[in-house]
Amino acid sequence: MLEVKGLMAEVEGNAILRGLDLTVNAGEVHAIMGPNGSGKSTLAHVLAGREDYEVTGGSVRFEGRDLLELEADERACEGLFLAFQYPVAVPGISNAYFLRTALNAVRKYRGEAEVDAVDFLALVRERMKLVGMDEKFLHRAVNDGFSGGEKKRNEILQMAVLDPKLCILDETDSGLDIDALRTVADGVNQLRSSERGIVVVTHYQRLLDYIVPDHVHVLSEGRIVRSGGKELAQQLEQEGYAWLETSASGAGGGA
Amino acid sequence: MNEESAMGAEREPAGVPSATREEIDLQEVADREYEFGFVTDIEADALPPGLSEEIVAEISRRKEEPEWLLEYRLRAYRHWRTMAEPDWAFIDYPPVDYENIIYYSAPKPKKKLESLDEVDPELLETFQKLGIPLAEQKRLAGVVEEDDTPAAELSGVAVDAVFDSVSVATTFKDKLAELGIVFCSFSEAVKEHPELVRKYLGSVVPHTDNFFAALNAAVFSDGSFCYIPEGVRCPMELSTYFRINAAGTGQFERTLIVAEKGATVSYLEGCTAPMRDENQLHAAVVELVAMEDATIKYSTVQNWYPGDKEGKGGIYNFVTKRGACRGDRAKISWTQVETGSAITWKYPSCLLQGDDSVGEFYSVALTGNRQQADTGTKMVHIGRNTKSTIVSKGISAGRGQNTYRGLVEVKKGAEGARNFSQCDSMLLGDRCGAHTFPYIEVRNPTAKVEHEATTSKIGEDQIFYCNQRGISTEDAVSMIVNGFCKEVFRELPMEFAVEAQKLLAVSLEGSVG
Repeated sequence: MLEVKGLMAEVEGNAILRGLDLTVNAGEVHAIMGPNGSGKSTLAHVLAGREDYEVTGGSVRFEGRDLLELEADERACEGLFLAFQYPVAVPGISNAYFLRTALNAVRKYRGEAEVDAVDFLALVRERMKLVGMDEKFLHRAVNDGFSGGEKKRNEILQMAVLDPKLCILDETDSGLDIDALRTVADGVNQLRSSERGIVVVTHYQRLLDYIVPDHVHVLSEGRIVRSGGKELAQQLEQEGYAWLETSASGAGGGA
Repeated sequence: MNEESAMGAEREPAGVPSATREEIDLQEVADREYEFGFVTDIEADALPPGLSEEIVAEISRRKEEPEWLLEYRLRAYRHWRTMAEPDWAFIDYPPVDYENIIYYSAPKPKKKLESLDEVDPELLETFQKLGIPLAEQKRLAGVVEEDDTPAAELSGVAVDAVFDSVSVATTFKDKLAELGIVFCSFSEAVKEHPELVRKYLGSVVPHTDNFFAALNAAVFSDGSFCYIPEGVRCPMELSTYFRINAAGTGQFERTLIVAEKGATVSYLEGCTAPMRDENQLHAAVVELVAMEDATIKYSTVQNWYPGDKEGKGGIYNFVTKRGACRGDRAKISWTQVETGSAITWKYPSCLLQGDDSVGEFYSVALTGNRQQADTGTKMVHIGRNTKSTIVSKGISAGRGQNTYRGLVEVKKGAEGARNFSQCDSMLLGDRCGAHTFPYIEVRNPTAKVEHEATTSKIGEDQIFYCNQRGISTEDAVSMIVNGFCKEVFRELPMEFAVEAQKLLAVSLEGSVG
């Protein structure tokens, strides 16, 4: 589904990603872990098409297409979804209107009929149950005055409504208390399917207690330096990232 | 603004979709041209350019006016000669040659009109193109909910259409007359209701008020007149549609609305003009009088031709609008969406004379290309416990300059006066400007005056967030701006809210990215 090869990217002249490889197949959940500054969020934003990041090398194929050729909105319409670490407020625009506009943009791109207000409401009501959201959120302005937990739940709701092929969750656990974390993770787990790929970007292992990954990758200095199963996450939890320092430079030499 | 872009609008026909206001699909707007830039080929009966006592007298004579009105015009004209054009506004334009303007132009009637059926088909077609229904709808007019979210089924809208200087048709007149409501062209009011016109004309905006008001008082040609008798709620929206057609003419209309004790009325005005290379002057005066417990809601969607992207052509819009809350608990509410005109100079104001009277001003002003707007309001608190609310949203794009200028004045006797002002500016791009000049004069220690102001640049973060959900940049910008303007749009009657959102979407096309 997603094939990243030798991806290099920089921000304002600073190289962040330095030859990253990653393959995600449908039905898999991948966790990307790593210390601050290792390039986790950069990877998420580069894949989503944020313009501030300049891709300087490598390739990304998504469902057989060259992802880097596409604009951010086209990538979204192709089925790539990024759950933001810091969801953005759009004052004056209700969640319902925003979400329906997004859904119809995606459907239009796919050549499907737009949904009317009635069908949309039925769909969104059903999906709201996934994340235990109250209907009043539909009428509030997008992320405007939302608490940290509400924002993250709202991201998962959007994901559930837009039904993407590949979901990238950028530090979705940050700023959540344990109850909110559980609710969000439950929502994500219900969206796990054999047709969908999920990439969980996180600093801490605790989210992975709830969203159990098939593969764990450790990112350091813009490269994946180690990959393994879910036990790798537990090892990181116990040992921290300090041990990476040596292995990272070692791996760097070989890659 | 990009290459193809020009200001314009797609006007919705009078029908109202059942979707909620927010769900109006902005993406349906594809037309990038100023849609109303066409010229109607119709014979005009015009006076030669220039202004003199003879011209003023000739206008009055052609309109078969009574002596007192001619006197009024001449007083105004003589006073105007002594005045200088104001230069304090944050606008920049070459001097206007007042000797080179045609002050009176009327579509030549084929014969005297007795009913709508006899209106020149060319004219009817023009208004048809503009989406203004002049044929009266058959369905019965229901009751308009005032202030509340308008019901999905709106009642009919009564329309007065002003073409160049002359009112060409007023609809639903008979139906309104049954309730004692007078809704007609200004010229007709002078003939049919001279006592009302004489009593109120110039009572809110005196002919000495300012340069443009004096000019208007001397040469005004037509406009609308509304009179709502005591205790009557006007059952439909009253609307005037202004169209400038002839080249080289100025448009000087005069609107007077009087709501007697306990009366309620909602009034809308819209305006367009052909695309022309020269600038055309529009100097209107609007006077509102609200007696005890009366409510007047006045909404404007101003879409005069704004000029091209280099700033060539466009309307100079110098307008004086003022309402007086004469009685206790009277309320006057101005809502304006200003997207057209090369220059906008306009400060719809409220004189809060009655105790507990209320004044409101809700404004969205968008300037793109090389448009300039200096707009705002004056709230003058005279009575006790008077309240005013000001919400101004300025959006600047391209090389547009957008200025909010407002005065909140609390007189000595205005015990317990309250004002809340909020002025927000949004910038799109880095070649435009936003300016705020709030003036506050308080002479009563019990007054509470609050002012909030923000300036923001449309956020890359917001646009990326929308993009990441599949929404294109153009749609994202229009959505974000609409959200920014929401507090104002929700004050507009439903049909106008639809039009205003579309107008913004079209005006914004190509301004980012």
